[in-house]
Formats: sequence, C-alpha cells, structure tokens
Amino acid sequence: MVSGMPPAIVELTETLYRWSPGETPCLDIPAFAMRAGERLFLYGPSGSGKSTLLGVLGGVLVPERGSVRVLGNELRGASAPARDRFRADHVGLIFQQFNLIPYLSALENVLLACRFSRRREERAAGEGGARAAAARLMHHLDLEPALHSRLATRLSVGQQQRVAAARALIGRPELVIADEPTSALDAERQAIFLELLLRECTQAGSALLFVSHDRRLARAFDRETDISSITRSNAYREAA
Amino acid sequence: MRHWFALAAKSAWNRRLTLGLIVAAVALSVMLLLGVERARRDAREGFAQSVSGTDLIVGARTSPVQLMLYAVFRIGEATNNIRWDAYQAIARHPLVAWTIPISLGDSHRGFPVLGTSAAYFDHFRYGDSRPLALAAGKPFADVFDAVLGAEVAEQLGYRVGDRIVLSHGIGGIGLPEHADKPFTVSGILQRTGTPVDRTVHVSLEAIQAIHLDWQGGAPVPGFSIPAQFVRKFDLTPKEITAALVGLKSRAAVFKMQRYVDDYPGEPLLAVLPGVALDELWQVVGVAENTLLALSAMVVVVGLAGLVAVVLAGLNERRREIAVLRAVGASARGVFALLMTEGLFVTLLGCAAGVVLLLGLTLLVAPLAQSRYGITVQPRLLSLAELRLLGLVVLVGVAASVVPGYRAYRLSLADGLTPRL
Repeated sequence: MVSGMPPAIVELTETLYRWSPGETPCLDIPAFAMRAGERLFLYGPSGSGKSTLLGVLGGVLVPERGSVRVLGNELRGASAPARDRFRADHVGLIFQQFNLIPYLSALENVLLACRFSRRREERAAGEGGARAAAARLMHHLDLEPALHSRLATRLSVGQQQRVAAARALIGRPELVIADEPTSALDAERQAIFLELLLRECTQAGSALLFVSHDRRLARAFDRETDISSITRSNAYREAA
Repeated sequence: MRHWFALAAKSAWNRRLTLGLIVAAVALSVMLLLGVERARRDAREGFAQSVSGTDLIVGARTSPVQLMLYAVFRIGEATNNIRWDAYQAIARHPLVAWTIPISLGDSHRGFPVLGTSAAYFDHFRYGDSRPLALAAGKPFADVFDAVLGAEVAEQLGYRVGDRIVLSHGIGGIGLPEHADKPFTVSGILQRTGTPVDRTVHVSLEAIQAIHLDWQGGAPVPGFSIPAQFVRKFDLTPKEITAALVGLKSRAAVFKMQRYVDDYPGEPLLAVLPGVALDELWQVVGVAENTLLALSAMVVVVGLAGLVAVVLAGLNERRREIAVLRAVGASARGVFALLMTEGLFVTLLGCAAGVVLLLGLTLLVAPLAQSRYGITVQPRLLSLAELRLLGLVVLVGVAASVVPGYRAYRLSLADGLTPRL
C-alpha cells in the first residue's frame, strides 16, 4: 500500500447475500473496496445485483456471510437500530426517481437527513445552521430560493433529483451512493447534474459511489468498475 | 421523536380526504355507542327519580311493570280501575300512613290529566325524597281548579288564572272535549325532571264532575249538566285508576302487599316500585344490550374501515417509506409511524364523536323532556362513557397493528428500493 493514500471506507470481503437460503446468491463478492473521497463509477445493467449491493452498503440488507466494513464499522454483526443510525449518520443516498417525500417542501426534504441524524445536524450547524447549510447546498445545485418552499410533487424531475442530491450531501456524510440518479433526465440535464454532484461531493469530502448502466458517464470518475468483475454471482450470469 | 410526529401529521394531512372520511365514520360510530349508553343511563336515572318514598303502587290486577308504567310514568293505559270502596279499605288499613289516589284517562293537548287529592301535594316524593313545590299559585281548591306541571305550563304558555279545556281520552288529536266545563289554572309546579312536569293535576271530584253527563266515553246526547250545577251532585268518585301507598313502617311492606293481593272484593295488585323497576330493566335490558352490542359492532366496522384505508394506502406509500428508510428511519420507526396514524385517527374520531353527541343531546333534550319527561342533561363524560371511549381507542390501536406490521415487513423486505 502506498503511503499517504486515503484509507478505505468501504471493504467487502467474501460477502454473500441471498434472498432466501437455498436460492442462487444474488450477490457474491470476494473483495471490493473504496477509498475515502474516491469517485467510483460502478457499471452494471439491471438485475446485476446493484440494488442488493446498495442495500448491503446502506445497512438495510444483511449478508449471510462475509464482512461488510464501512468506515471501519462491521455492519454484518451490528443490530438493526445501529445499522439504521449508521446509515443516517454516514451515508447519503440518491435514487433513480421518487427520492422525495411528496408532502414536504424541497427544503424540508433536504433537512430530513438532519432530522434523522444528530451527527449530520451538528455538522450542518457548524456551517451556520442546518437551514443555512441546506440553502447553500441548494444554491450550489441551482435550486433558486423560490423553489425551497415548493412541495416536492410540484418540482420538475431534474429539480427533484437535485433536491435529493442536496439531501444526500447535507451534513457531509463520508459516503454518497447514487443509484442511476440521471436515468430519468435527458442527456443535457444528465451532464449538468453529474457535474454539480461531483463538485459538491468534492466540496463535502464525500466519497461517491455512482451506479449506472450508462457507461458514457464514466469519464468524469476516478475509477470505473464493472459489477460483473467484482462478483462471482451466477444470478447475474443467468439473468444476462 | 418530535420530527416523527410532525412527519406523521404532515403525511396524514396529505391524505386528509380519505382519513377525514374515516374520522367521520369513527366519530359517528362513537356517537352512536355513547348515545345508546347515555340514553339508557338517563332513562334509568329518570325512571328511578320518578318515584321516591312510595312503598306500594296499587291497581287493578295486571302485570307489575304495566301498573307501574301507567301509574307513575303515564305510559300506556290501565285496562281496569279499582273501586272506590276498595281504595277506601286500603287507605284505612292500620299499616297505611298515607295514600295518593290516581285517576287517569283524560288529557289536555297531549298532556295527561291526573285526578288526585290534596294528599298528592303532601306526600308525593321524587328524586332524593324531595316534595313537590309550587312555582306559582296554590293547589286546587275548587272543583274546576287545575295545577300544571312545569313542562305543560312552559310549552303551552299558561299562567295562573288561565282557562283550559280537558279532552276525553289520552293522546292523539280529535278527542272529544269537555268544553262545557273549563278549568282554571290555580297553580304551577316547579320543575322536577319527572313525569309530573308533563301532568295536569285536578281533583278527583273534577274528574267525576266532567263525566257526570257522559256515558261510555261520549256525552249523552240531549243531556248536559252545566258547570255551575255540578256541585249539587255527589262528586265522590266511583273508581280510580291506581293508588300510591305509604306505610307507617317499611318493614310491613310485604304484609301489606299480601293484604292487597288477597283483597276479597276485587282482583288487586300491589307492587314495590323498586321491584317493578328491576323487572322493567330486565325486560328492557335485553333490548339495551342488543343495541349496545350493535353500536359496538358499528364501531368495529368503523375501525375496520380505518385498517382497510391505511392498508390500501400503504402500497402508494411504499416509496415514501423507502425514502424514510434511506435517510435513516428504522423499520420500527415505520411501524410506529403507522401506529401513530391509527391512534390519532381513532382519537380524533372519538373526540369528534363526543362533540357530535353533545350537539345531538342539546338538540334532543327538549324533545325527551316534553315527550317522555326524561331529563337529558348535556353533561360531560361519565366514567362508564370514558371506559367505553378507552375501549374504542384500545381497539383502534390494536387494529392499527395490522397496517403497522405490514409496513414493517415491507420496509424490511424492500430495503432501499421498493419493488412495486
């Protein structure tokens, strides 16, 4: 290991996940790692076990065997409340769509991340208060103040994705996971969104795990990995 | 925890139409349940208040409940009367302290007319052994004097000195009138909250007088005795409907009852008011309990609707739940969210139901008072009602476990990406 290299924040070792015992595993990863602040593009078509991997990293799914170390914490042995707290404190998530609570305003959706995590609330407070931090992030993500109080359902898809990004980034979590966040956007907006997301992740010092089936987006990342190269899952081969 | 409540409230507000309908359904069912409970309590209390201090009710032989109903509550009609000499024999019995004769059968504009003696004002007791008191005027002294119950005076706007005409028979319109012998209101009683309020009291002699020229329920054609001449006739009644009897010692009540029941002259019946009331409640109790059970079922239906609506809405909320999970909500938190919703809908329904009930009580109270002499007081919740409400909330919470648990299972199975 080269000295001065940032520490690993994600380490999977011999991680096996099956929906139910006896089934073919939908995730079987001998080894996978991500470094702090790294921007990793994970390529994989649908059905390749991406969602399962994200669930495992988010502490929602618990693998049958192997190890899931995120920020030095072993998630596989941790209790459900501990895993939930860990996710709230250290992981920001952005999905393909329907990221927002429909009955909350854009700003409230962003602040939701702080409501569930005292750590992120405090870190945001260090930047002049959670609301100020949220407003600044939203400003950086091209969400004008007039949109802050607008209900989530009255935002365009592109605006919704940027609100989701602001929520994932507020309180500077160590890891941001984005699952096909641009696939609901047209090509032009995809590029803009990706640029904003990368910039803000760098600013927040968060590592970004970006999952997509669209390889053209990979150029802007530090590293690109094909999910089929890290998993020995038969399920993927069968599905493919 | 506070943000959970805020979230639950905002989420519920977002679905206010469906949840509002469910709140309304729960409210109506709660109103029904409490209303049935309240009506039965008020009726029992009202009935129990209506006789006090009376040891025996004596009438012609019939069922004890029927005798009590017509003698005390003016409900139904007597099938037979008791002869005056039989009444006299009872009144003169050494065990008897006082008797109040009761003669029914006439009415005034829907209110029953009761012929009695001065003993009525001396010995009749209601509620907590309270005697009757006059709000205005004095008891009847002349043959054509009448003393009105408070409700009669209030509803018909009568004052002391007004003249009223009695009708022959009870209830209904188009009854033949004793128009030739009008009465003068000599006094108005204070409100008692019992059937006394709805009664027009006259003397036994008056009853006799207005029927002098009647036969078989109709005026004898071509024959009429003007009011000013009735005093020349013997106005001693030939029969009365019933009598209330007070004894010198309560201990003698069964002895006296036996005396009346075995009276050789004619078939008589003496009942203890308390025993007759118990018998009445036994009869009515079946209906009451059926009503209560039915309204409980309606509440269950309302709460089943709550579960159905929340469950049906759950599929649409899977994304919402997934988002909450993504920002760090625990599966237990999701369970709590659904439970909170169920609890609040139930609580809101209960509160709205109580408000509806109070509104309805205010609406119905005058009717119950004037029609049945039952005082329905718009009071707050009794202990029994609170217990019923607590039960409703408990069932509501128990029912909310169903959608709560389902959401819990879904949120565990879905992980971060709902499989829709």
